[in-house]
Amino acid sequence: MSIETGRDNFSISIRSAFLKKGTRQKFSLLTLIFISILVISLEYFQKGPIDKFRSVTKDLIFKGSNIFSYPSNFFEEKYSLLNQHLDIYEKSIIYKDNQKQLEFLKYENEYFKNENALLKKKIDEKNLYSQTLLLSKVILDKQSPYLKSFIINKGFNDGLKIGLAVTEGYYYIGKIVDVNYLSSRVLLASDLNSKIPVIVEPGSINAILSGNGDNKFAELEYLPENEIVKDGSLVFTSGADGIIPPAIPIGKVKSISEKKMVNFFVDFSQIKYVGVKK
Amino acid sequence: MSRSLNFLFLSILNYLPHIIILFLVFTGTDFSFVFSGMNFSFNIVYLVIFYWVLKKPDVIGFGFIFLAGIINDVVLNLPIGLSAFIYLLMCGIASFIRTITLVPNIFYDWVFFFIGLLIISSIYYIILTLIFNSDILYGILMLQAFLTALVYPLIAKLFDGLFKAIVGKENAE
Repeated sequence: MSIETGRDNFSISIRSAFLKKGTRQKFSLLTLIFISILVISLEYFQKGPIDKFRSVTKDLIFKGSNIFSYPSNFFEEKYSLLNQHLDIYEKSIIYKDNQKQLEFLKYENEYFKNENALLKKKIDEKNLYSQTLLLSKVILDKQSPYLKSFIINKGFNDGLKIGLAVTEGYYYIGKIVDVNYLSSRVLLASDLNSKIPVIVEPGSINAILSGNGDNKFAELEYLPENEIVKDGSLVFTSGADGIIPPAIPIGKVKSISEKKMVNFFVDFSQIKYVGVKK
Repeated sequence: MSRSLNFLFLSILNYLPHIIILFLVFTGTDFSFVFSGMNFSFNIVYLVIFYWVLKKPDVIGFGFIFLAGIINDVVLNLPIGLSAFIYLLMCGIASFIRTITLVPNIFYDWVFFFIGLLIISSIYYIILTLIFNSDILYGILMLQAFLTALVYPLIAKLFDGLFKAIVGKENAE
């Protein structure tokens, strides 16, 4: 008898929680839960009018998000500027030394460029990959342990497509994973879902660079067992997928607890402008 | 004059939970920081929703929570509707606890919030991994749930002040 009463109380409480509408509630909780399940199921429609509507909605929300983020971005920028000013003296000493080395490397690079152009002419190589770079501004950069991505202010209106490589300076940082009309989402190489074909030099060893949610390092996977990859080796995109252009530098190899990790050249938390290789 | 000022002040107080939720979902803020190589983050939205549905369900409408979930999904690149579903489940849990509780007590609220968080985090993980095949670390998710639960008494105390201010102003009106 008491069990039945307890069960009745439980079902009354559940009914009250999910079906009862408050004085200012327009919908019951259960109705909205059903609507949200319906919205989730719409994720399976990746083409057609639903996708277009989703694209416009995303653009609108990104604009709103940009406005809401403005105050925090403003203070972050000012704080970063202050830190940069504090570090300026120490850095200037290092920069003076580096400048001398760069002068030398600049001439050496010029020489290799000319030599490379000459050799390419001799073997009559055709450029397989387009290298048009589209400069874009990062409009939203909210990274969390689960998500390493940001939004840029160019979309399919500017000819962007899913899979295109994104660079910061000369360095690879990620690829386009979602394109809207006026904005796109860039998935960083550090994201858990990021897996890109790479080549390790010297040795021309092919591998897969797999993000692990860490902003500084990503893991090298599927390395050949008989090949030894030394610390300090350089990692470039291999272009094996046919979308990302080859030979874009990514980072340097570093062994961490018997795993081969890649230390990125770019600090992902400081990106303001990026280039998209169309 | 003072009556209209009072009305304005009461409106701002009433809409403060909305503003907090909108700020959190639009900016995707999770107060994450790295300590000794580990990523720590909090999900304050769960906390705000749970507290206000539990204490004063008429302040935040379920429709607003649904919209906040949609915005959160777009900003965090999640399947659209997932956060809305999870937030509404949190509302359901809070409403259920409100119905069965005779004498409100912060300790019980805290325990129920933690249990609620474990339930919705598990549902969130199951939907993301089984239906959408997304890579997500269960350990980080659980750590986030644990940390969010840990700060509940502190945030609840802050909201208690706001709650008393709203009720006090309403009574004065």
